[in-house]
Parts: sequence; structure tokens; C-alpha cells
Amino acid sequence: MRWLFNLSFRHKIPLWTSFLIGFSIFVVGAALMTRAYEVMKSAVVISATNLGHTLANTVAPTLLHDDVWRTFEIVRSPIRGESARNPAEVDAVIVLTRNHKVFVSSDPDTLPMLTEAAALGADWRQLSLRLGDETTWPLVLEPEDSSYLYVALPITDNDAQLGHLVLRYAKSVFHPWFIDTIWQGVGLGLLVLAVLIPINWYWGGRMAAPLVDLAQRMGMMPETVPQPLPPDLYPYHDELGQLFQAYDRMVLALRDKAALESEMVSSERLAAIGQLTAGIAHEINNPLAGLITVVDTLKLRRDLDPRALRSLELIDRGLTQIRDTVAALLVQTRAQARPLNQHDLEDIRTLIQPQVIKRRIQLAWSAAMPAELPAPASLVRQILINLLLNASQAAAEGGHVSLWLGRKDGSESCLSIVVRNDGTLLGDEQLAHLFEPFASTRPGGHGLGLWVTYQIVTQLDGRIAARNIDGQVEFVVNLPLGETSCTTASA
Amino acid sequence: MHRDARMSLPNRNRRRWLIGSGCLAAIGLIGLSRKSRAADGKIRVGMTPAFLHDQHSLLYDWRAFMSDALQRPVEFVQRDSYRETMDLLRLEKLDFAWICDYPYLHLKQEVRLLAVPLYHGRPYYRSYLIVRKDNDQVRSMADLAGSVFAYADPYSNTGYLAPRYEIRQLGRDPANFFRKTFFTFSHRKVVEAVASGLAQGGAVDSYIRDTLVHVEPALALRTRVLSRSPEYGFPPFVSHRSVSDADFQVMQRHLFGTNKTEAGRSLLARLHLDGFIAGGPALYEGVARMMRAFGEA
Repeated sequence: MRWLFNLSFRHKIPLWTSFLIGFSIFVVGAALMTRAYEVMKSAVVISATNLGHTLANTVAPTLLHDDVWRTFEIVRSPIRGESARNPAEVDAVIVLTRNHKVFVSSDPDTLPMLTEAAALGADWRQLSLRLGDETTWPLVLEPEDSSYLYVALPITDNDAQLGHLVLRYAKSVFHPWFIDTIWQGVGLGLLVLAVLIPINWYWGGRMAAPLVDLAQRMGMMPETVPQPLPPDLYPYHDELGQLFQAYDRMVLALRDKAALESEMVSSERLAAIGQLTAGIAHEINNPLAGLITVVDTLKLRRDLDPRALRSLELIDRGLTQIRDTVAALLVQTRAQARPLNQHDLEDIRTLIQPQVIKRRIQLAWSAAMPAELPAPASLVRQILINLLLNASQAAAEGGHVSLWLGRKDGSESCLSIVVRNDGTLLGDEQLAHLFEPFASTRPGGHGLGLWVTYQIVTQLDGRIAARNIDGQVEFVVNLPLGETSCTTASA
Repeated sequence: MHRDARMSLPNRNRRRWLIGSGCLAAIGLIGLSRKSRAADGKIRVGMTPAFLHDQHSLLYDWRAFMSDALQRPVEFVQRDSYRETMDLLRLEKLDFAWICDYPYLHLKQEVRLLAVPLYHGRPYYRSYLIVRKDNDQVRSMADLAGSVFAYADPYSNTGYLAPRYEIRQLGRDPANFFRKTFFTFSHRKVVEAVASGLAQGGAVDSYIRDTLVHVEPALALRTRVLSRSPEYGFPPFVSHRSVSDADFQVMQRHLFGTNKTEAGRSLLARLHLDGFIAGGPALYEGVARMMRAFGEA
């Protein structure tokens, strides 16, 4: 039995509703049948009473005059055949005298004249007893274990009771008629089922389909975060609709959580790398400063032979390169800085112009900013130059690069920088390690540009994020203006 | 209105036309017309259960045939019991009637014997004692003692007088021989009463029962004839004594001539009769004897 309850809703809903429809039809049908039987019986009694009154009135004078033949003709007149064919058709009519003897019956063979009623069988003994003390007419008698129903009326003439008229109905005729009615009912029930079950099956399937879909999606969790449900799957607002809406909200929340987690992992990694790099840089910087000083001092000596001088210059260039590299790794933001103004943006545009011209880049420039913003100008300049040069190099020759700068969503406390290019899109692996040092994707790049940018943004309490969108690569930087931090990196 | 006025022909022109046509019945009527004074007299004929008088289409055709032949309007007056027809005769509400031999003898002072039908070529019939076909325990009237018995009519010879006479011959009193008796006022209904089992025995007219075997075999053959009585004179046509001689003769000739025309013979065939003869009171001596036995004549 348990397997029945384990069935998919796709089958369970139609099955249960079909069962309920069938059961209802059966119960209603059975009730109607029972009622039909009662109605039929009462119809028989009513018809019998009418017939009985007519016959009793007609028979009275013939009984009074002892006219056997006329009485016989009268009682036989409602009998149409050998046996009754419908329940309302009387089976036999009997006229009893005052002392309960058969005066005449419509069936003299089984109910012969002059016979004592009580001698005609159990039914008649019961009837004979009842006739004696009955006061309400008609007397309806349905003896147990009898195949007949009896309806009796008195025959009177001017208040003098002459005898009784008894109508006998065969119940055996009731049954085939009743069975016919049952079959008709069953046929009608099946017809209704034939119409309702396909409708019910379709409706049940329709109702179950979103549930089944939901169950499948939820089954994928927690390994993967499933897709939200298609909006047209169940566009209604009943409990099921509310459930689907709640599911969609949950999926979105899970996705945000997953994104946040992966961002946290990545920024923790970057922070660790930053600490390590800074540590190494300091360890290198201290001896390096000494070495550079020594080399500078040596170069001032005039007694050096040309070979030694060349070696010194070689050492000097190498040390300088080391210093530059270490300096690049060790991003240090200066606390005191002047605010960003319109001129800074113009400078940046001028500075990247050679690169733009060289690669025939189409630059879209949209910088909506007041005369001054409370952001450190030199750092924002460095971020902008890094991102714009990066974008110019990533874009194909003659490609597009765009800049959007302004307050994020009209917020007073957040400066947003969005740079896009239409170069090659970034792979997942690239996205995961984009801001790590020496993670260049481009031949010839040292891979420190984005690292430096990341360091600056992070030190300014800002957020930086990259993604592929609308066939372009987009970098979004959000920087706080003042004390409050920007909540998310997304544009 | 004078009685003779009832029977006459319209006028002489009409008569000449009829002579011209050579119609046999018309010839008789010419003589009649000489004594007739009125032109609108209707002939009233009483029909009784002496035959299967509930065959309405037969009665309709017979009346039309008689009216055509006599050139007079004819009315058939049907009554279910002999008693009623006898009363109508006594009250002169009928001119002629086909009655049983027993009422004829009762009314001997008021009626004249007009004609006697021929049944199987002879003016006789019998009384049949019938029981149900499946009743094989009863072999004679004596076996029916204490049973329910159906009589046809208190003025029927074969349906009442004859069986009672037979019981009397057995040395029993017909009044208490049966447990219960009743009248059906029709021979056909006696057959029905016996066939249905309402009565165990019944007495019927042999002519009617035999005719019924042809007309309604499903009913008639559910009974069997237990015994046959001696022959009695066939139920006669009578005329009231007030009917004029001329009318009497016209009607008598019409009846006698029935089997001489095609239409008449076909009608007789439907009645299961062969024709009519004058007959005579001697034919009914047997009935008179039985009546005397019951102190009725």
C-alpha cells in the first residue's frame, strides 16, 4: 500500500481525484437508486389506491346483487396479460366478502371462489387478520418473505361494509425493472466518468508538472544552486504559486551567498599574497637601498677602468629594476592627498591618447562628476590609467573601450568607475586569478597592473570586480567617498 | 300511430321501379304496400344472446341487408338478457325478435312464430355441458355436484332449463345441487367463465359453442363438451301478435328468401346458418315438456 503513497504527484493527483469522482458517483448513484425504489413503491401504492377506489365503487352494487359474472368482468378489467409487465400493473384483484371469503378473483385458478382467505396461504392469513382491525385505508401490506405487495380497501354501500377489495402486485416485476434502472444509472455514471476522468487527468497533470519540476530542482541542492523556475510555469498566486515564488527567492539568496563566498575566498587569498609580497619587498628593500648607495658611490670614483664602469652600470640597472619591481609590488597609499578634480580626468585622457591612437581604439568617455570629489586624486588617476590602458590593450585593433564614471546609483557616498572593452572574453580560470600578481593574460605584460589596481582599491576600502557582460569585459570599481564604505562591487 | 302504418312503401312510382328491377324481395313488398298507409314506419327487431349478438360488424351488415331488401328502415334492438327483450315485446316496443325457444313458449300468447333458422340443414340445436379442457376428473353432470356452475340466462333453454332438467333427471334438486351458480347473460360468457376457471361447469347453446370454435378458437377450445342434451327446436324468430299479417308475411318471405341471394348466403355463412323455414309449435314440444316438469306451463 505504501507504494501508492510514494507515487509521483503526476500520477497520484489524477488517481486520487479519479477515485474520488468514482466513489462520489457510486454513493450518489446508490442513494438515488434507493430513493428510486421507495418512489417506485409509493407510486405503486398511489396507483393501487386510485384503481382500488374505482374498482371498489364499481364492484359494490354487483357484490350487493351477488352478480358473480359482472364482478368477475370488473375485477379482470385491469388485468392485461398472463403476468404483470411493469411494477404499476396489478397482478391480481380479489373481492372478499364480509366474512373474508373469496367472492370473486381475477385469477380463479389460484384464488378460487368461496375459499376462506386464511386458507390461501401465509400472506392471506396475515392480511385476513389485519383487515379485521384496520381503520385507516388503504391497508398496504408487504409480508416478509413474500413476493407480493398487497393493497386493500373496503367495499362500502351507503356506509354498509360489503366486503374488501384486495389488489396484489408482484414484486418479482419490481426487480427486473429496478435492475434496468440500475443499469441505466451505471451507464450514465460511466458516461460522466468518461468525460470527467480525461479532464481530471489533464488538470492533475498540469497541476503536478510544476511540483515535479520544483522537486527535481530542489533535489540538485546543495551540490549546485539550481536555476530559478521559468516565470510562466505557474503564473498564479495560490499556495503553490507562493511556494514557487519563495523557491525563486531562496535560489537568488543562495546564489548571492555563493558569489559572496567565492569573493571572500578570493580576497582572502589576495590579502595573503599582499602580506607575503610586502614582507618580501621590505626584506629586499633594506639591503637593496645599501647596494644602490654603494654602486652610486663607486660610480663617482674616477679611477675606474672602463670595464669595471660597465659592470657597475650593469649592476646599477639591475638593482634599479629590482627596486622598481619591488616598489610596484609594495603599493603604498599616502594618507594625505588632494581631491580629484576635472583636470585629473582631462590629464588621464591626454595620457592614454597615444595608446588609443596607436591601436585606433574608439573611446567612449562618460564622466559625470562635479568640479571636485573627495577622492584621492593620484590614486584614482593611477586606477583609471591602469584600467584604461589595460582595456586598450585587451581590445582588438579598432575595437571599443568605454569609461563611465560617476556616483554609484546616485549615491552621495560612492564613486563608481566602469571600464569596458570588446576584446576576448575572460575564462573562468582567468576570472578566478585576475587580480593576483604576475597573472598576465597578455604576452609582454608583467601582470602587475591589475594587482596594483586591486591593492589601491582595497587600501581605499573600495571594491573591484570583473565580469563578462553583453559580449564585453567589464571592470567595475566602487570607491567610498568619505567614511561609509561601498557595499558591493557590482555596478 | 296505427301499427300497420309502420310498414309501407313510399309510392307507386317507387314500386314500378322496383318491379322493373326484378328484385325478389320487392315483389313481396308490393303486396304489403297495398295495406300500408304510412311511409315512415321503422321495423324494430329484437336481437338476443340466442346467437353471438356481440359481433357488431355482422349485425351492422345484416341490418343493412334487411333494410335494403325490405326498403324500410330497420332497427336492431340489442339486449343482454332475454328478460329485457321479452319485456320490450310485451310492451310492443318490438315488432319482431330472435329469441330462445324457452321465452317463446313463455310468450306464446303474445307472439307468433315467424321463422325457424336452419342449423346444419335442420331446425334443431342442443344444450352442451362444458368443463375446462384440462379438467379430466369430471365425466358427467353428477360429478359437478357441489361445484360452481355458470348458467347463461334464466330464460335460456339450453343455458338454464335443460341443465336443470338434467339434474332433476338425476333425482337431485337443481336449487342445491351446485355449491354456487351464477348467470353470465350470454352463452359466450359461459364459455369464458368455464375457460377462466371461475366456474367448473357451464351450460351452453350448441350452436353458439360450435360457432365460437370457428370464430374464437383460442377461447372455445379451452373448454370441452362433457355431454350433449337431446335436440330442441332452434331459437325462433317471432313477431308480436299486433304486427299485421302483411308485415308478418313480408318479413317471413324475406327471411325465407335469404339463402336465395348471394348477399343473403354470405350473411348466413357468417351466422353459421343455412336458411329459414316456417317451423311449427311441434318443434318445441321438448321444451314444453321440461317446462311442465318444473310446473311452468
